[in-house]
Amino acid sequence: MTIMEKSFNIFDILVGSKGDKDFGKKPVVIQGITGSYGSTHTRLMKAYGTNVAAGVTPGKGGQNFEGTPVYDTMGEAVKATGAQISGIFVPAPFFLKAAIEALDAGIKLLVAIPEHVAIRDSIKVLEHAKRKSAKMIGPNTPGVIVPEVMKVGIMPAQPFKAGSTVVFSRSGTLMYEVSYNLSNRGYGQRLSLGIGGDPINGTNLIEAFDLIRDRTDVDSVVVVGEIGGDAEEQLAEYIIQTSFNKPVIAYIAGRAAPKEKRMGHAGAIVYGNYGSAESKVTNYAKAGVPVAKRPAEVPELLAKKLRR
Amino acid sequence: MRLLEYQGKELFDQYGIRIPRSYLANTIEEAREGGRKLGYPLVLKSQLTVGGRGKAGAIVKCKSEAELEPKFNELLHKEVKGELPRGILLEEMADIKKELYLSLFLNRSKRCYSLISSAEGGVEIESAGSKVMVDVPIDGLTPQTAEDTASKLGLSGRTVVSFVDFTTKLSRFVSEKEAELAEINPVAILGDGSLMALDAKVIIDDNAMFRHPELKKYEHISELEKQAEISGFSLVELDGNIAIIGNGAGLVMSTLDMVSDAGGRAGAFLDFGGRATTETIYEALKVISKINRVETILVNLFGGIVRTNLVAQAILDAYKNNLINVPVFARISGAESEKAREMLSGSRAKLYNTVEEAIQAAVAAVNK
Repeated sequence: MTIMEKSFNIFDILVGSKGDKDFGKKPVVIQGITGSYGSTHTRLMKAYGTNVAAGVTPGKGGQNFEGTPVYDTMGEAVKATGAQISGIFVPAPFFLKAAIEALDAGIKLLVAIPEHVAIRDSIKVLEHAKRKSAKMIGPNTPGVIVPEVMKVGIMPAQPFKAGSTVVFSRSGTLMYEVSYNLSNRGYGQRLSLGIGGDPINGTNLIEAFDLIRDRTDVDSVVVVGEIGGDAEEQLAEYIIQTSFNKPVIAYIAGRAAPKEKRMGHAGAIVYGNYGSAESKVTNYAKAGVPVAKRPAEVPELLAKKLRR
Repeated sequence: MRLLEYQGKELFDQYGIRIPRSYLANTIEEAREGGRKLGYPLVLKSQLTVGGRGKAGAIVKCKSEAELEPKFNELLHKEVKGELPRGILLEEMADIKKELYLSLFLNRSKRCYSLISSAEGGVEIESAGSKVMVDVPIDGLTPQTAEDTASKLGLSGRTVVSFVDFTTKLSRFVSEKEAELAEINPVAILGDGSLMALDAKVIIDDNAMFRHPELKKYEHISELEKQAEISGFSLVELDGNIAIIGNGAGLVMSTLDMVSDAGGRAGAFLDFGGRATTETIYEALKVISKINRVETILVNLFGGIVRTNLVAQAILDAYKNNLINVPVFARISGAESEKAREMLSGSRAKLYNTVEEAIQAAVAAVNK
């Protein structure tokens, strides 16, 4: 773990601290704001309270989208707004260029929404982000939400309520489903963050845990995983090695999926035992992490853990 | 995209990676022609995307022309794990002195490639001893790393030079074609110390295909998958009788698990993505309607911005147009569900408040 990663405070970036004059209103730039996807969700983000301060669409600089100024380049947008956060809504083939441009303009947190980004492009962006001391969430993520404060992404508002648990999820709809189940049972979220459904994640589960491990306003973590890769196995090892001391509950989708078939997400595929649900459950058991059988069982398991 | 052995080898050849002389045959006439060109003895290899060909008897030796016809025909019609071959590869027998294992794969947690090699080739890598694993940056393997690996494998003399040449070419192939995996098991060390790829297991990153029109010809998808792809759906055909439709891969997987827990068998996995409109649901039902073994449809939809009545309308339209004639069990969390319930009353579709209830009803319907 490097010092840089330790000091990356996602809450500072997303919300800021009390006393900041833009506390809870940190400026966000939306890349691809005039596209059908970008525009729909810009509207929803603004309605939720996100300060979408600018948008970027090459060739449409000087226009505005429902009051939000549109620029040709990220350089101009960042200069005008001081934004450190960018939500990327461009189609996958344009992702690499958009992300590099954002990082070069000084963006510190990239929220990479598009699905179907080539692995090579994700790795290239990650290498560049590292050089720039920036972070990426996604790609193929619904984004990140600080319930009742702001969101950068495509998640609906209704499943999320403010509270002190945190949800990390490799799947979009399951993040909504599990957060909804938690909210209904009185477990609001300090943060719900989509890791993404791809083989390469800008912020993987371990890095996500690093973001919240020292937070006194977080009392528990729910990890929504799925088959494919070894992110859950690595996380279990991390929980043991670093004596992670907040209660953790997991869910894993894809127990009944056949091997060597890609189940919708690029990353959801089992080769032999690599990526299988059994391997993940076994490793979680070693780390003392209970695994729910159904999304609806998550709050029940959390209640048990928190009571102890 | 998982390439067939011969396709992987075709690409290896373009990168100067040595492969045996071979001939792809789809008919016995082509096989005879191949036999004449290559000479006997040779090896017949079933072209499949599933693993475990050797164990399943889908790779056989052929000593003479007399053996060719019966052996070829047997292989051509032999199913392995439910898959029939797409051709039989006839291959010369190499002069093998020793076999190695070699693979370059995308290491998800390290976010780079890893080169795994072993001096024990021809066996499953999980059971091979003395494995050597090194990280390889996305832009490729350096000759120095390749040389270090060779010495760790105990190679010497001319073989080291061959190994460096072979692995750096493989790495260039993987980087340029954006493969997630290139596994060669075994790599043969020939009598003259040179290396040859006796097998090829290659997986190309589907999401990089927009940069690789030259690989388009290797794509092999069914009409149904093509239709699903055009609509932007993810479809996986399964062997049961309950089709599961939902918005989000994770949600559909989760539903599949619960169906299986309830004693049901899924016949299809369909994720239609983020847009739950009347048109997308109707398209999804259209895809499902082409799968004959489906006896019931389970819809699981979650989302604050889904308008339930639009989904109900799609289901009603599908019944009206005789697109589907099986019952639909649905859990749709979203706005206007009372209206949707009313719309569907009197049809063969039923709405439930929880996914557990919808699953129970669907499983009961097919198991009665």
